Amino acid sequence: MVFTNLRRHRVRTAIGAVGIALGVATMLSVVGLLGGAVKMFERILRSDAEMVVFEKNVSDLFFSNVEVTVADELEKQPFVKEAQPVLFSIITAPGRPVITCFGIRATDGRLKKGEWLQGEAASFKDDGEGVVLGERAADFLNAKAGSSIELGQGTYPVAGVVRMENGFENGGVFMPLAACQKAFHKEGVCSVITVALAEGHESGEVKTWMMKTHERLTALENEEFSRSYSQFKIMKTTAWVVGGCAFLLGGLSVTNTMILSVFGRIKELAIARVCGFSRGQVARMIFGESLLVAAIGTGMGWALSVAGLYALREVPQLQGYIDPQIGSTELIGALGLAIFTGLGGALYPAWYAAKLKPAEALRFE
Amino acid sequence: MSMQDDMAVRVEDVWKSFDHGRIEVLKGVSLNVTKGEIVALCGTSGCGKSTLLNVISGLEDVDRGLIRVAGQDVVDEKTRIELLRHRIGYVFQFHHLMPDLTLAENCLVPVIAAGGGKAEGLARMQELAVATGVAHRLKQPVRELSGGERQRGALVRALMNDPDLLLCDEPTGALDESNREKVFELLLELVRSRGRTLVLATHDPELARRCDRTVRMRDGRMEGEGI
Ligand SMILES: Nc1ncnc2c1ncn2[C@@H]1O[C@H](COP(=O)(O)OP(=O)(O)OP(=O)(O)O)[C@@H](O)[C@H]1O
Ligand SMILES: [Mg+2]
Repeated sequence: MVFTNLRRHRVRTAIGAVGIALGVATMLSVVGLLGGAVKMFERILRSDAEMVVFEKNVSDLFFSNVEVTVADELEKQPFVKEAQPVLFSIITAPGRPVITCFGIRATDGRLKKGEWLQGEAASFKDDGEGVVLGERAADFLNAKAGSSIELGQGTYPVAGVVRMENGFENGGVFMPLAACQKAFHKEGVCSVITVALAEGHESGEVKTWMMKTHERLTALENEEFSRSYSQFKIMKTTAWVVGGCAFLLGGLSVTNTMILSVFGRIKELAIARVCGFSRGQVARMIFGESLLVAAIGTGMGWALSVAGLYALREVPQLQGYIDPQIGSTELIGALGLAIFTGLGGALYPAWYAAKLKPAEALRFE
Repeated sequence: MSMQDDMAVRVEDVWKSFDHGRIEVLKGVSLNVTKGEIVALCGTSGCGKSTLLNVISGLEDVDRGLIRVAGQDVVDEKTRIELLRHRIGYVFQFHHLMPDLTLAENCLVPVIAAGGGKAEGLARMQELAVATGVAHRLKQPVRELSGGERQRGALVRALMNDPDLLLCDEPTGALDESNREKVFELLLELVRSRGRTLVLATHDPELARRCDRTVRMRDGRMEGEGI
């Protein structure tokens, strides 16, 4: 019955399904994009380290201030293999109001991971002014090794260009920590310290030490950090809320389809009742149709969003920023919402169909 | 008790109004139909024939009075559905088949409703379709069938779950003369050969004469027996 009814009104079914599909596609894309951005940001912090140290209760890492000396103290501890201070900031360049700037030490591993297109790792010096550009940053700043660029208030020689896998880094500027501190008037401080543990040691040791010696700071495992960092939470929540709204709009299209379907079939539903269908059977039939429409829509939306995200990834301006992250959580979430909207969308039509009086409906030929 | 069990339909002092009592349609109707009887329900247009059939089948509630079909009081939803699924077959003036579905799909609706087996349903449909002469039309959408074929199809559907009682509301009213004759003949034949009970609402005195008994209604009341 359910299939036959849907088959009979292909266009109507298709419209309902497309509504859901667009909702699902929007939701999965938004969730996927922001989720991807979050993952990318997490990876910047990670860079071979298991933990991250920052100021307690800051809403944004850009506002976190940690004395660089803490990194040196940490490195002396037996449970720490390496502690690297990183200063995040936003800098302007001619024609580019926002560039992410990473103030790091020469010993920091992240530059070594990139592919050096121009210049070499040795030219990035702690006491120098030479900056290293991500490939895309070099591209839009029109800079190459040996030239110099204007950043904020100063002019800096370009020491090299690296191709970084991570979109933020590839579009960013790496400055020697000291130069970066000077440029932003943050002498002696950094935003975070990434901590790699010595073999056989545990994160608890760092936490305890931190609690004892630096009350103002906190040390979290990467996992913990991702879960608790409010910016990530905001981004993820935004993604689900925006996506959910898109989905509900899709849900309305299901309601619409089902209302049309019920109102256009009042007589048939009455006939079904005369043939022995109970109210419950009629309602179940409507719910079944609605769920099927929603399921078809979800499938279509999923395909659409995957295709869309892959297409976006190929856009040069977005290169590296997009990492389609439609995992099972997102799919299950979408499916759950599909079931929810399918049922919700059918609520009124099913109720209407069930309370229908067959004798009355059949009086009109 | 045994008296009542012999009764296929028992209607006792039934009142039914519409529009919050403003339109009184049945005003104390009583009717007894024994098993195997073929009863014609006559009367002028608007006297309440269709309404009486609707309350017997449980499609409409009564305001007052008693309805008993196959020994069961038609009081709650559960009984009504059970009766509609297994005891009552309904044929209307207009076929009321779903036009976009094939005749076969239409005929299987009562089987689906009653949760019957598909194989048995198909076998029974084939048998009834042969008996009514629409076997060659089963796979066609109803909208492609002629009026006579549709009405025969409606008859097949009504008999799918082998009901004891067939309620027909001017089943031949929308057919031309030759079809009317054939379909009516078929109806009587199907009901008689199976020993089923039939209550038939009709305007046509010619058809009424061929039933076992005729009851006349007038303005919501029973007027008497005979034509
Ligand atoms: N749902 C309803 N609401 C209001 N009035 C109704 C309703 N159903 C029936 N009636 C009225 O009840 C009266 C009897 O209707 P019914 O259909 O039973 O007559 P009938 O004897 O079958 O007539 P016909 O021979 O024309 O089919 C009519 O006046 C009709 O307008
Ligand atoms: Mg009538």
